[in-house]
Amino acid sequence: MKTAVIQFPGSNCDLDIFHVLKDVLQIETDLVWHTNFKAEDYDGAILPGGFSYGDYLRAGIIAAHSPAIDQVEIMAQEGKPIIGICNGFQILIESELLPGALLSNQTRTFICKWVNIKVETNNTDFTRNISEGTILKIPIAHAEGRYTIDPKGLKDLRENDQIVLRYVDENGNLTKIGNPNGSMDSIAGICNNDRNVFGLMPHPERASEKILSPFSSSDGLKILNRFVHT
Amino acid sequence: MDERSTIKLNLTQKEIKEAQIRLGREPNETELGMIDVMWSEHCSYKSSRKLLQKLPKEGKKVVVGPGYDSGVVDIGDGDIVAFKVESHNHPSAIEPYNGAATGIGGIIRDILCMNCRPVGLLDSLRFGNLQSSHSKWLFQNVVKGIADYGNCTGIPTIAGEVEFDESFETNCLVNVGCLGFGKLKDLKLGRMDNPGDIIILVGGSTGRDGIHGVTFASRVIGEESELDRPAVQIGDPFVKKLAIEATLEALRTGKVTAVKDLGGGGLTCALSEMSSKGNSGLEIDLNVIHVREGKMTPYEILLSESQERLLFTVIPEGQRKVLEIFERWGLSYSIIGKVTHTGNLVAKYNGRIIVNIPAKLLTNSPLAVRVAKKPKIKSKKSISRPAIPSNISKTIFHLLQTANIASKDIIYRQYDHEVGVRTVLKPGDSDAAVLRLIGKNKAVAIKADCNSVHCFLDPYNGHASAVAEAARNVVATGAEPIAITDCCNFGNPENPNVYWQFRQAINGMSYMLKGLKIPCVGGNVSFYNEDETTGNAVKPSTTIVMLGLIEDLKLITNIALKRTGQSIIMIGKTYSELGGSQYYRLIDFPKGKPPNAVVSRENASIRSIIEAIRNGYLTAAHDCSRGGISITLAEMAIKGNLGLKIDAKLIPRNIKVRIDDLLFSESNARFIVTTPKPLARKVLRLARKNGAPAAIIGEVSSDNYEITWGKKRIAWNSIDQMRETWERAIPEAMVGP
Repeated sequence: MKTAVIQFPGSNCDLDIFHVLKDVLQIETDLVWHTNFKAEDYDGAILPGGFSYGDYLRAGIIAAHSPAIDQVEIMAQEGKPIIGICNGFQILIESELLPGALLSNQTRTFICKWVNIKVETNNTDFTRNISEGTILKIPIAHAEGRYTIDPKGLKDLRENDQIVLRYVDENGNLTKIGNPNGSMDSIAGICNNDRNVFGLMPHPERASEKILSPFSSSDGLKILNRFVHT
Repeated sequence: MDERSTIKLNLTQKEIKEAQIRLGREPNETELGMIDVMWSEHCSYKSSRKLLQKLPKEGKKVVVGPGYDSGVVDIGDGDIVAFKVESHNHPSAIEPYNGAATGIGGIIRDILCMNCRPVGLLDSLRFGNLQSSHSKWLFQNVVKGIADYGNCTGIPTIAGEVEFDESFETNCLVNVGCLGFGKLKDLKLGRMDNPGDIIILVGGSTGRDGIHGVTFASRVIGEESELDRPAVQIGDPFVKKLAIEATLEALRTGKVTAVKDLGGGGLTCALSEMSSKGNSGLEIDLNVIHVREGKMTPYEILLSESQERLLFTVIPEGQRKVLEIFERWGLSYSIIGKVTHTGNLVAKYNGRIIVNIPAKLLTNSPLAVRVAKKPKIKSKKSISRPAIPSNISKTIFHLLQTANIASKDIIYRQYDHEVGVRTVLKPGDSDAAVLRLIGKNKAVAIKADCNSVHCFLDPYNGHASAVAEAARNVVATGAEPIAITDCCNFGNPENPNVYWQFRQAINGMSYMLKGLKIPCVGGNVSFYNEDETTGNAVKPSTTIVMLGLIEDLKLITNIALKRTGQSIIMIGKTYSELGGSQYYRLIDFPKGKPPNAVVSRENASIRSIIEAIRNGYLTAAHDCSRGGISITLAEMAIKGNLGLKIDAKLIPRNIKVRIDDLLFSESNARFIVTTPKPLARKVLRLARKNGAPAAIIGEVSSDNYEITWGKKRIAWNSIDQMRETWERAIPEAMVGP
């Protein structure tokens, strides 16, 4: 399996995810400048976190209109796995590969924090090997991560089992205190209808090595492991 | 001649005369403006240069010492760390958001120039009391400025400190630091030493912003300063991010001979310093520079402090390759001239030479002679000590609520402190931040420190203490302190009392650095930090940024209590040193002796802790400083979500101390550590061997915070309540106007 980490001007978690895929998971991975990215060259793609195009206009929107995203769409149609992390999630939303919107955090500030994330479904490419209800410790770091969608959209997400991750508290409950940015229905990550395109606000690459985790965990790998399988 | 002759010069008549003699003719207005900027306090260090020589700068690990964009130390295996801290006080006091943001922007470039990747940011901030709405405004916007800029560049903001004191009400202090990782073999020094090289200006366009920013920073802040707002630059972190990647990529080609940041003094400063250091000259054409505004005069182009600009020198045959990189990253650039061997800085405009001045004339300003005089102590009459508080538990609660002690979560939550996947110890969890080197069994610890009240009451001991505390902070994580960089913030050096403070400060720092064998590899001096309307200077404050090295990732320690039943050990002796303590400030008691700083005590405690961590004995370690033992213990309990039971009678102490000294004194050379019971004796033995007083003072319990004197209970609190008080204090203070 050959994976691409697509770099936009202003991406800043590109080297981090590249390190985890290449050095920790030992997956064949390329860092690909967005103008050089071609769907046919790769079996999977990652849209990394950061501030693509400085978040000017609106987080993710300029990158969403780049030719690279047309290629990502082709990959998505071919059923190849695609993850958008943080700014990558914002790009997937802005390009309408995933539904809804990501608004400013309820606190109106940037929040960098380790949070509890509950795996709500294992019927996706990315969570297949994680038992439903598992709580992952993964950090978030964003200013615009409050997931929002219209009532019909939310109903569809629920009915189609597209809500993959939710923010929960220490005890695994859906509470206000456990929901750091005020996301609707505590949504932290969703997938598309075909279950191969996955967007999430938490950063699994920052939780993939025990040395970096205050909990000595490496829960991020459970998600990124997807790219090991062919 | 220049069209604009209305700019106010800061040069003295004597300095103008000196410039004429050295130049052998009358400088024209553009040249005079350049001399004015380069001989300003900010660029020339004319008041501080001589005293700064006293700081030790030699050491086995030192690669680059003071005088370059940043200091560089060798951490083995060909790896180097570049680090630097700088003030952005004046711009931040006038326009806190952009002032702080561009401070971050500037310090990043200082690291980048050495061909190191910036991997961590630090902030050392000082504001007036949070009861003041002006201070709230400054505090909120400075933090947001740092967050918005730092987060976007993808460099984590990992450590810092903040202090609140009324002396910073108008003139807040914003010191920002950065560290970078690189390879010794790739190190670059920003000097032009190869005549024929092409000079390229890259990044942001040159505009009228920030002209004479440095002369503005070399004046006190008064009512007119509001009019100086155009002298504050506007940053663009997105362009900065592109510039970082493009610079590192360009440097990898091997075609770049030097890179220099354009900061204070703009092109004038960068060009003159590069050619002066390289013993070369240069010739540039001002017409080709990409400008943001029409009709800019040569004067404005040469002195603009527009952000996000870097100067490159490139060997002619490498030009194409390097320019391709800038183009790919979408960066603007201008090929502005070439390096010569004349020693002169020559600038042409419309085909005419309008500046022709020796680079070294600009960079070697005359020294300013300053007089130091010890301030008179207003009243010598002694007041008797305040009574011991009747309810010590309550006093501890009140201390936890003071802004200087309360949780700083509200600040570092806004900073992306994880990006880069290097942050092993996060803000709030330990005395210093720890960053690993990816792929190596090695990490560095870094921390910024200063206690301005101690520095004010006794500049010598206060500054020696700042060095010692910074060292203890990196030691508590398991690191060996290896070097510092500093940022001195003082009032007007023309005032003999202020200059005396500065001299005492340098002497105190020098004493402690020499004693601990830690070199100073760089620094920055900011004078004129005072409020013109009240005539009050800020409390003298030198931010010490201490770098430590950890050579085994398994041996990293934080402050949290880990397990019920473990022994709590006190290392170091407590003295009656409550002067300037947080406790005396709380009860508004103006007297008392501030802590002494003694090298032998520091060495004994530091060696004990380093050895104990390296032997794997310690489960937690915390430096004991602000708020004293009572607060150190509270923080360890809150972080570990566990309780403790301490017998204060067992605390190693000087004979004459009372219980309030024991719990609240801020004496130096102390740590509180925990260890599994069977190892406690070994820790005590290590301390004895190193000459550090040490004793088991209690143990970790499951829930409450309890201090006794023998069998008598003197303080008892619930950890949950303590945490809530400590966490809510600053957010609650920020509510309301």
